[in-house]
Amino acid sequence: MSYEFDFSFINDYMPDIWYGIWLSLGMTFVSIVPGFALGTGCAIGRLYGPPWVQRLVTIYVEGIRNTPLIIQVFWLFFGLAVLQIRVGPFPAAVIALVINVGAYTAEIMRAGFQSIPKGQLEAAACLALKPSQSLWSVQLPQAVERVYPALVSQFVLMMLATSIMSQISAEELTGVAYMIQSFTFRGFEVYLVIAAIYLAMACLLRLTLLGIAQVSFPRKRRLGTSL
Amino acid sequence: MFGLTIEQLAFIFRGAGWTIVLSLLGFVGGTLLGLPVALARASHNRGLNWLSGAFVQLIQGIPLPVIMFVVYFGISIGGYDVPALVAAGIAMTLYSSAYLGEIWRGCIQAVPKTQWEAGECLALTNTQRFVYVILPQALRIAVPPTVGFLVQIVKNTSYAVVIGFFDLTYSAKVINNSTFMPFTVFTIAALIYFAICFPMSALARRFERRLTRS
Repeated sequence: MSYEFDFSFINDYMPDIWYGIWLSLGMTFVSIVPGFALGTGCAIGRLYGPPWVQRLVTIYVEGIRNTPLIIQVFWLFFGLAVLQIRVGPFPAAVIALVINVGAYTAEIMRAGFQSIPKGQLEAAACLALKPSQSLWSVQLPQAVERVYPALVSQFVLMMLATSIMSQISAEELTGVAYMIQSFTFRGFEVYLVIAAIYLAMACLLRLTLLGIAQVSFPRKRRLGTSL
Repeated sequence: MFGLTIEQLAFIFRGAGWTIVLSLLGFVGGTLLGLPVALARASHNRGLNWLSGAFVQLIQGIPLPVIMFVVYFGISIGGYDVPALVAAGIAMTLYSSAYLGEIWRGCIQAVPKTQWEAGECLALTNTQRFVYVILPQALRIAVPPTVGFLVQIVKNTSYAVVIGFFDLTYSAKVINNSTFMPFTVFTIAALIYFAICFPMSALARRFERRLTRS
């Protein structure tokens, strides 16, 4: 077997690759905050909501966690098209990612809320905080702090999962790779390069999110404990 | 039925069969490769430790569809023409071995250190200590997360659609393209995935509860 490796496509297609990177990261960053908000809301609903809310959240979380993302994406994208609702591939991808990551975040945040020592809740009650105040200023910061590493892993996984969005013609990095290999017939080299880029993006995203934590959790910073 | 013909439904279910086949391939392959990874990760040999750590980081930092493509094109440049099932199976093996290796490393290290020391006091050799003392205990801890990861394997086989492997996602897509009934078709596909995954999720939770109780 003699195979000549040829990476010369990198120069020719660099703008496309950058565009793919930009789209992949864009999808990820746009989805993180709404996904986190949705998941936290669901976690609170499942823990403190009325029974019908709890049941609804359970159905949502289990339904999403036990079906593949790609089926959810197809369902949403092709479904909306049949309903005559025109959404571009990018918004459809973001909506699907938010719905998907919301379910995983809900489980993580639920664990976070449940891990808060009871003394904290009693202390909040002693300070005459309303339940909403206690939730917002006492429980939420502590819950996030505790489960932050799990959240970071989840968001990195979400970034990697954006790689299937080219299936609905949102031409992110993997879609760009497919385009390049169909022009150059250098499939193996193209995907090796793309794999390396994803690896770098995953490292970068993880470091960024951990960096945000170092700045935004004052207690962690004061104690000098690492995440 | 549901506006689909029997043939179309049968087509979707045939895809589901291949999803199960690929999941089994991924799990068996992942176990065979994941065990040495876990042992290397938990060992005190620095070279082995670093090597297996690098492997895990590498696989966990690359999206599974890209792994599928790399394997698929990698095989084809060798001049071999293999079915998509083989490429997808190899990709799933790599993927699940990295995650299973990391899960099992945690289980091995979760066995209290005193158990190792006790084994040493009984003059067991390293291998005996591992096989008769540590492994049975680690295995018990490993059951819930392993069953939980099986769900991930089943779900992630859907990414094999990118290299044209005929699985549940692929067959659903084909039927949707010919019938234009996305809600019906993908709801059926989602329900089949759910029917495979949910019992395992529930089982994993039950095992976990039993473990924490004991």
